[in-house]
Amino acid sequence: MMTYLKHFLRFWYGFIVGDDWMIAAGVVMALVLSAALAHRGLNAWWVMLVTVVVMLAASLWRETRRSR
Amino acid sequence: MTIGAAMLVLTAFLASAVEAVEALTVVLAVVVTRGWRSSLIGAGTATLALAAVIAALGPALSLMPIDILRMIVGTLLLVFGLQWLRKAILRSGRYKAFRDEEALYRAGLAKAQAAGTTLRAGMDWYAFTLAFKGVFLEGLEVAFIVLTFGTSQGSIPLAALGAGIALVLVVIVGALVHQPLSRVPENTMKFAVGLMLATFGIFWSVEGTGIVWPGADAALLGIFVFLTLVSLGLVAVLRRLSERQALIAANTAGMGEEWEST
Repeated sequence: MMTYLKHFLRFWYGFIVGDDWMIAAGVVMALVLSAALAHRGLNAWWVMLVTVVVMLAASLWRETRRSR
Repeated sequence: MTIGAAMLVLTAFLASAVEAVEALTVVLAVVVTRGWRSSLIGAGTATLALAAVIAALGPALSLMPIDILRMIVGTLLLVFGLQWLRKAILRSGRYKAFRDEEALYRAGLAKAQAAGTTLRAGMDWYAFTLAFKGVFLEGLEVAFIVLTFGTSQGSIPLAALGAGIALVLVVIVGALVHQPLSRVPENTMKFAVGLMLATFGIFWSVEGTGIVWPGADAALLGIFVFLTLVSLGLVAVLRRLSERQALIAANTAGMGEEWEST
């Protein structure tokens, strides 16, 4: 039963998060930050855009280092 | 048709076309080696199962308040879309091999030929399972996109229509040529799907936090153009890095040969 559950969770983790969990973590952190800034009355629409670019570039950089 | 609806249909169409091409490679290999009956029943059952998943989960998702739905779905779409985009950039930047449908087809043929045949109730269950898994696993990503994107945009049927047209087209072309569709520009299509999923993901997840986008819905176009330019820039950087590495490797190999000959 536990093995099936592990396989099930591993499948969905791979399906949604994929090869680099840091991208998912960065997106969630940016979302929390955006919500906090919105709560303080700041319309920080650019936070997610900047985060996505930085996380994507960093992820690609890590991948190129790995394949060297 | 609004920009959002057009992008919904196009994204579902492209995603479905890419995944259908990949599934077709598996199914064709099974049909050629194990016969068409069990293979096609397996592929058909998987398609029905995917349709059932969409039909069952679609109405349930529609019950959620739109702001919460868009924040959750937007985040999922963004993470999921960035996966597609990352892979497509790595492939375009020559850091990851392109999918070779011909090679995968040949590997599939060899695997299906090597397996023994056991008929039960008139069915070749090996062929059934292989075809079912091929279609279901590839189709699950399309079902996910149709469900999440469709619900947030307010039209699962429109997303399903885009996906359905692509599926029918790929099946017809596959049946006519009877070969894996290796000429389909899969990576370019994945690049486009990744960009569109990430665009809508950013837009909806941020909107869900209570932030208002400048220009409202027109911001979608701005995000899309911005992400496209950034992604193309990243591809250019990766290509330059890859060329430099290849040059260094060639020089090192040349120096090694010279040293050996002295």
